[in-house]
Amino acid sequence: MTATPLSSSQGAGRAGDKIFSGAALAAGCLILAVLFGVALFLVVQAIPALTAPAAEIQGGEGFFAYIWPIVIGTLIAAVIALVIATPVAIGVALFISHFAPRGLASGLGYIVDLLAAIPSVVYGAWGAAFLAKEISPAYNWLAENMGWLPIFQGPASATGKTILTAGIVLSVMVLPIITSLSREIFLQTPKLHEEAALALGATRWEMIKMSVLPFARPGIISAVMLGLGRALGETMAVALVLSSGALTASLITSGNQTIAAEIALNFPEASGLKVSTLIAAGLVLFVITLGVNMFARWIITRHKEFSGAN
Amino acid sequence: MSKRIDVKDLNVYYGDFLAVEDISINIEAKSVTAFIGPSGCGKSTFLRTLNRMHEVLPGARVEGEVLMDGENLYGPGVDPVTVRSQIGMVFQRPNPFPTMSIRDNVLAGVKLNNKKISKGEADVLVERSLQSANLWNEVKDRLEKPGSGLSGGQQQRLCIARAIAVEPQVILMDEPCSALDPISTLAIEDLINDLKDQYTVVIVTHNMQQAARVSDKTAFFNIAGTGKPGKLIEYGNTQNIFSNPTVKATEDYVSGRFG
Repeated sequence: MTATPLSSSQGAGRAGDKIFSGAALAAGCLILAVLFGVALFLVVQAIPALTAPAAEIQGGEGFFAYIWPIVIGTLIAAVIALVIATPVAIGVALFISHFAPRGLASGLGYIVDLLAAIPSVVYGAWGAAFLAKEISPAYNWLAENMGWLPIFQGPASATGKTILTAGIVLSVMVLPIITSLSREIFLQTPKLHEEAALALGATRWEMIKMSVLPFARPGIISAVMLGLGRALGETMAVALVLSSGALTASLITSGNQTIAAEIALNFPEASGLKVSTLIAAGLVLFVITLGVNMFARWIITRHKEFSGAN
Repeated sequence: MSKRIDVKDLNVYYGDFLAVEDISINIEAKSVTAFIGPSGCGKSTFLRTLNRMHEVLPGARVEGEVLMDGENLYGPGVDPVTVRSQIGMVFQRPNPFPTMSIRDNVLAGVKLNNKKISKGEADVLVERSLQSANLWNEVKDRLEKPGSGLSGGQQQRLCIARAIAVEPQVILMDEPCSALDPISTLAIEDLINDLKDQYTVVIVTHNMQQAARVSDKTAFFNIAGTGKPGKLIEYGNTQNIFSNPTVKATEDYVSGRFG
C-alpha cells in the first residue's frame, strides 16, 4: 500500500470544488447585481417625477396624490385575490396530498399545474368577456342586500368590470402557485410526526392540524407571498378586466386602478415627465413587493425555535 | 386500567404480500411482553397491528382477530381512532411535535380525545405524566420550551409521557431505545419496569439483553428467508426462552449463533 502524503490533494476533485463554488458565488452575485440595476434604473428615472412641481404631474396635485389611490387599488386587488385563493389552494393541496386516492391525486396535481401555464392575457379575456357578465347579477344582489357595507355600496356596475372581478380573476391566477408549493410541503411532512398524531387517536383532520399544518406553516407563508407577488404585479388581466377610475370604497362599481395596469395602459403614449411618473409608480410597486417579502421572512423566522429545524 | 390482548390466527398483508403469517398469542395484562427476532421478521409490523397503525400505510390490511379483553379491534363498526386512543404507541425515533412546547406535547392526546380541560387539571396531568415518565425534574422549569430542544433520551421519555397522559389500556413500544445512548436506555428500561404496575406493555427490541432485563414474557419471531412471511416461533416466560428454549432456532438466536 502506498501512502499518499497529506499535503497533496486530488487534482480533479479540488478543481471541481473550486469551479462549483465559483459558479455558485457568481450566480448569487448576478442576482444582486440585477436587482441593484433595476432599483438604480427606477430611482434615476423616477427622480424627475418626484422632484417636479406638483402642478405638472398628472392630476395636477403632485406625485403623492397621483400614486396613493393606485397603491390602494393594487393592494385591494391583491388582498381580494389572496383571501379567495389561499383557503382554496390549501384545501386543494391537502386533498391532493392527504385525501385523494393516488391516481386521482396525480391527475389533479397535473391539472392544477396546467392552470399556471395559461397566459395571463387569456385569463384577462376570460374575465372581461365571460366572468364579468356572468357575475354582475350577483353584484346587483350584493348592492341590494348588503349595500349598507361600504364595500358593497351600489349602484353595481352593469358590465361587472369591477375591482372585485379583477380580484377574482387574479385569485384564479395565483391559485396554482400556492397550491403546487403547499402540496410539495405537505408531502414532505415527516411520517414520524403524522404517525405520532395518529397513534394518539387523532382523526385524519386532527392529524393534519397537529402535524401537517404546523410543519408546513413557513412553506405556506412563502407560497402565499409568491402568489401575492404575482397578484401585485399582474398587468394584463387587470388591464383587460377592470374598468378603471378614481379610488372608490365600493368593490362592485367601476373605478379603482392598479399600478401595473396603470403603467401598461399609459406607457405606450407617454412622453417626458409622464414616463418619469409611470416609472416612479413602478418604483413604488417594487418597494411594496420588497416590503411584503421582508415581512414574510420576518414572520417565518419569528417562530424558528418551534419550527422543528433544530 | 390495563387490559389483556389475545390474538387469533392473524395474517398481515402489504397489498398482496403476506408479511406475517398465522400469529396466535396471548398477552397478559400488567406485564411486559417482548418481541425479539432478526430484522425483517415482522415483529414491528405485527406490533403495529395491535393498535391498527398498520393500516395507515396504503394497501396494508389484516385478517384474523385481535381481542382486547374479548373485544375484537377489527370487528365491524370499530373505529381505529378509538382503538388508538386506548392503545398508546412509542416509536423507534423520538417524535415529539416540534411546533409544540413540552407541556403541549404532553397534553396533545388529551386535548384530542377529550372535551375541554381546565388549566388546573392540565397542570396536574402534565406533572403526573412527566413524573411517571421520570422526566419531571429535568423539564419542570422549561415546560413552555419546544420539545425538540431536549436530548434524544429526554424526547423519548416525553413521548412516553404523552402516551400515558391519555391513560391507555396498553402501551406499545417499537424499539424505543434503538436511537438512544446506554444511559438514556437504562432510564427508559427503569421506566418500563415502573409502567407495568399500571399498564400492559408490549416492546419490540433488537437488543436481547434488554428483552431479558425488562420483560416477563418473550416472543421470538423469525422468517424462513427473504420474501417469506414472518412467523411466531416460540413464546413463553422470558427466563425459559433465554435459558432453555424448546425450539432450535430460538436457541441459536438467543445464544447469538445467527441473526
